[in-house]
Amino acid sequence: MFWLLAQLLVAGLAIGAIYALIAIGFSLLWQGAQTVNFAQGDFVSLPAFAILGFTALGLPLWLAIPAALAVAVLVLGLLFKRVLVQPMLHHGVLQLAIATMALSIFLENVLKDTGGAEAYPFPGLTGGFNLGALFLDWQSLTVLAVTVVTVSALNAFLSRTRTGRAMQATAQNPSVARLLGIDVERMIMLTFVINAVLVTLAAVLISPVYLVKFDNGGQIGLTAFSAAIVGGFNQVRGAVVGGLLLGVVETFAATYGPDQYRTAVPMVLLILFVLFRPHGLLGRREERRV
Amino acid sequence: MMRGRPGALLATALAGILAVGLLSFVLEPYGVYLLSLWAVYTVAAIGLNLTLGYAGQISLAQATFVGVGAYATALLMPHGWPFGATLALAGGLCFGLGLLFGFPALRVQGHYLAFVTLALTTLAFLVMRNEAWLTGGVQGIAHIARPVPFTSGRAFLMLCLLVLTLVTVATWWLLRSPWGRAFIALRENPIRAASLGVDVRGYTLLSFAIGAALGGVCGSLYAPLVQYVEPSPFALALSLSLLLMVVVGGSGSFLGPYVGALVAVLLPEWLRFMQDYYLVVYAMVVMLLLAVCPDGLVGLAGRMLDRQRRGHPAEPADGGKA
Repeated sequence: MFWLLAQLLVAGLAIGAIYALIAIGFSLLWQGAQTVNFAQGDFVSLPAFAILGFTALGLPLWLAIPAALAVAVLVLGLLFKRVLVQPMLHHGVLQLAIATMALSIFLENVLKDTGGAEAYPFPGLTGGFNLGALFLDWQSLTVLAVTVVTVSALNAFLSRTRTGRAMQATAQNPSVARLLGIDVERMIMLTFVINAVLVTLAAVLISPVYLVKFDNGGQIGLTAFSAAIVGGFNQVRGAVVGGLLLGVVETFAATYGPDQYRTAVPMVLLILFVLFRPHGLLGRREERRV
Repeated sequence: MMRGRPGALLATALAGILAVGLLSFVLEPYGVYLLSLWAVYTVAAIGLNLTLGYAGQISLAQATFVGVGAYATALLMPHGWPFGATLALAGGLCFGLGLLFGFPALRVQGHYLAFVTLALTTLAFLVMRNEAWLTGGVQGIAHIARPVPFTSGRAFLMLCLLVLTLVTVATWWLLRSPWGRAFIALRENPIRAASLGVDVRGYTLLSFAIGAALGGVCGSLYAPLVQYVEPSPFALALSLSLLLMVVVGGSGSFLGPYVGALVAVLLPEWLRFMQDYYLVVYAMVVMLLLAVCPDGLVGLAGRMLDRQRRGHPAEPADGGKA
C-alpha cells in the first residue's frame, strides 16, 4: 500500500512539475505584461509539432529541440508580443484576452491543417530502476530534475540579477520602473521570451506522456490556469506549488476515482479555490490592479 | 454609446428581423434553417453582450447555459410541458445558475469570471457526456418534436423571430430603464459609476445572470430547431464562437450581436471553398478586427456613416469607452 502510494506520488509530481512550468509562464505574462494568455496550452503544442516536424526533416532530436526553441522564441515570444499584444494592449486588457482566445483557435487549426488530426508519438526516455518496491522511471526523474533546475535558475535570475530585479519592478509598477530608468519595453519582451522557453521545455517533457495532438492545448492550458490560481498568482512558487498539487491530486483521482471524470479535477479545484480562497495557497490577498 | 436616437436602434433591429422574416419566403429550406440558427444564436449573443459589452466581464459559460436550456426543453417537452413553459423554465434555471456561479467569481477582481466559467463549461460538457441516465450521453436525445403549430421549417423560423423580437424589445427597455442606465454607466467608466453610487458588483452580477438566462432561452429554441441534442455542440467552442460574435459585431453596442451572429452563421457558407482553412481565416480576421477596430463592425459602420455625413474624415473614435 505504502509503495503504491509512493509510486503514484512520483507520477503525480512528475506530471505536476510540467504543469508548474506552464503555469509559471502564464503567471509571468499576467503579472509582468498584463497578458492573460488563453492560448497558453496551444503554446505548448506548437514547439511539440515543430520538434516532430524537424525530426521528420531528418534532424536528430538533439538538434530538433534547439531549433524548435528558436521557433518558439521567435513566434511565441517576439512575434506574439509585437504583432498581437503590443497593438491590442492599448485597447485594454479585456480585448487582449479575447484576442488570445482567437489566437488559440488560430493555432489549433493551423496545427490541424498542417500537421494533421492524429495523435503522434513523441520520443521519451524508457526504463528505470527499482528502489525497494518503488520503480523510478528515467522519464519522471528527468522531468523532476529539469523542473528543479529551471525553477531554481529562474528564481535566481529574478532575485539575484539586476535584469531579473528590473523585471520584477516592471511587473509591480511599470510607471515607477520607467521613472527609475528601467527599459520597461525590454523587460516585457524578456517576459515573453522566458515564457516561450518554458513552454518549449514543457512540450519536450509532456509530449512523451500526452502524445502530440493539435487540440491537446485546451486541457493543458486549463490545468495550467488552475495551477496558477490554486497556487496564488503573485509569485513563481505559487505556480510551482499549484502545479505539483494539481498533478498529484489528478493522478490519485485517476487511480481511485471514476475514469470518465479524470479531466474534471483541475476544474473542480479551480472553482473551489475561487469560491473559498481566491488568492490561492501562497498568494497575497491584495490583487494587482490591471 | 447609442449613436443617434435610441428609438432608431430599436427600429433598425426590428426592421432587420422583419426583413429576415420576409426573406424566408424566397429561400430554400436550408436558407430558412440558417436564418433560424441566426435568430437563435442572436438571442444568446444579446445575453453575452450584456455581460461582456456592458459589465466588461468575459463569460465562457454561455455554451453551458445554451446546453442547459436545450436539455431542459428536450427532456420536458415529451412530458407534456408546453413550449412556453420550458422556455420560461430554461431562462429561469440559467438565471439561477448565473447568480450561483457569478457571485463568488465576481467577488474578486480581474479575470476570475473568465476562469470560473471556462471551468464550468468544461465540467458541464463532461456531465452531459457521462450522465447518460439523464442526457442520453453521446447518443443524445433524438426526435425532439417542435411545438404545434410551428412544425414546418418556416413556421419554426417565425417562432424564433417572435422570441427574438420579444428579447429585442425587452433588452431595449432594460437598457433604457434606470437599471440599464446603470449598465451603461458601468460600461463607460466603472470607477465613476461606483463613485456615483452604482452598486458595481451587484449590477455586474445581474448582467451576468440575465445574460445566462438568454443563453437558456437560446438553448430552448435550439433543441426543437435541430430536433436532436448531444453534448458536442455545447462544448467550449460554442462559448468562444458566441464571444467572437459579440466582439465582431461590436461589444457594448445594441446592434452588435445581430451583426456578429449573421457573420458567424453566413461566413462558413461563403468560405466553404476554403474547407479546413475556414477557421484559420476567421480567427485571423477576428484578431485583425480587434486590433484595428475594437468596437466591431457596427462601430466601423458608424464611423463610415459619420464621415460621409460630415464630408470630412472623422476623428479616430476611441470605441466610446473611457
